[in-house]
Amino acid sequence: MARKSRNLPEINAGSMADIAFLLLIFFLVTTSIDSDKGIPIKLPPKLDPNQPPPPTIKARNVYEVLINSNNQLLVENNWMDMSNLTESTKKFITNYGANPDLSENPDKAVVSLKNDKGTSYGAYIMVQNELKRAYNELRDDYAQEKFGKNYSDLPKGGKQQQEVAKKYPQKISEAEPEDAFNTKD
Amino acid sequence: MANFKKKDGSGSQSINTASLPDIVFMLLFFFMVVTKMKDQEVKVKISVPVATEVATLENKQVVTYLYIGKPKQPEIYGTGTRLQLNDAFKDPQSIPVWVEEEKKRLPTNLSPLFTVSIKADRDIKMGIVSDVKQGLREANALKIVYSTNKGLVKSRD
Repeated sequence: MARKSRNLPEINAGSMADIAFLLLIFFLVTTSIDSDKGIPIKLPPKLDPNQPPPPTIKARNVYEVLINSNNQLLVENNWMDMSNLTESTKKFITNYGANPDLSENPDKAVVSLKNDKGTSYGAYIMVQNELKRAYNELRDDYAQEKFGKNYSDLPKGGKQQQEVAKKYPQKISEAEPEDAFNTKD
Repeated sequence: MANFKKKDGSGSQSINTASLPDIVFMLLFFFMVVTKMKDQEVKVKISVPVATEVATLENKQVVTYLYIGKPKQPEIYGTGTRLQLNDAFKDPQSIPVWVEEEKKRLPTNLSPLFTVSIKADRDIKMGIVSDVKQGLREANALKIVYSTNKGLVKSRD
C-alpha cells in the first residue's frame, strides 16, 4: 500500500457547504410555513353617547343575514343555503333599484350580519368569507372591465384601486349577537 | 530570490470554495436572527377555519395575537373555551389593559396600524368571540384579522 506521507492530513471541508445549505434551507422552509393569513375586519368605533345616533337606512338597502345557533342562515327572512349566499348578495348589491326589495345602488347597500352567541366560529367565518367574496368578485369584474386586471393586481392603494373600491364600497355591518339559548362557554 | 515553480498546465483551474461555508453560514445566521420564532406557547387547541378571501399580513411587527380555544390540558384548565393573552388564560374583560400593554411596544408612528389577529378554533361558539370583539372596541383596537388558512371552503354540517 502506498502511503502519502508527503501530504499534510487535512479535514475535507468540501461537504461543509452542503451541511450549511441544508440548515439554511431547513430554516427557510420552516419559517415560511407560519405566514399569517386571515380575513381582515374593521370594527366600528366605540359608541359615543354624546354623538347623535346614525341616520336610519331604508329597509330595502339593508341585506339582513342572520345565523342561528344551529349555524343555519336566514337571509331577508328566508331560509338560505350557504352556497347561495354569494350569488344572492351580489344580486342585492347590483340591483340598481330594479327590484323594489333590493338595494338602490351599491353605494347605499349595506349587508347586516347578525349571529347568535351559540353560532359556531367556523360557520361565522364561512359567512364572512362568502360576503367578502361577493364584494371581491364584483370588484374584480369591474376592475377587469375597466383596467383589464383583477382588483388585487392593481397597484396597492393606487388611484385605480380606490376607484374600484369607491364603486363597490364594502359595507358589512355587524349587529350585537343574540343569545337565544343562554349559551355558556 | 524565491524559487517559483511553474505549475503544470494540465487540468482546469478549480475555484477555491473554502469560503463558501462561511458565506452560507452567514446567510444562515442572518435568517436565524431575522425570523421571529414562536415566542409564546399556545396552551389551547386551535385549528383555524378555512377561507378563500384571505389577505396576508404584511407587517408582522404591528400584529399581536390572541388565542381562543379549548385548553390542551383539560385536567388542569378544564374543558371550557378559554382566551389566552400572552402566556396566561384571561377573561375578555382584561383585553383593554392587555391592548394598552401591547401598544406600548410599538413605535408611536406605527400605533395606528396596530392589528390584533384572532386565532380561534373553528368549533368554538361565537359568544366568547363577541366578548373579545367588544373588549377590542372598548380598547380602540379596531383593526382585527380572523386568522384563517387559505383553501377551499367545504360545508361541514
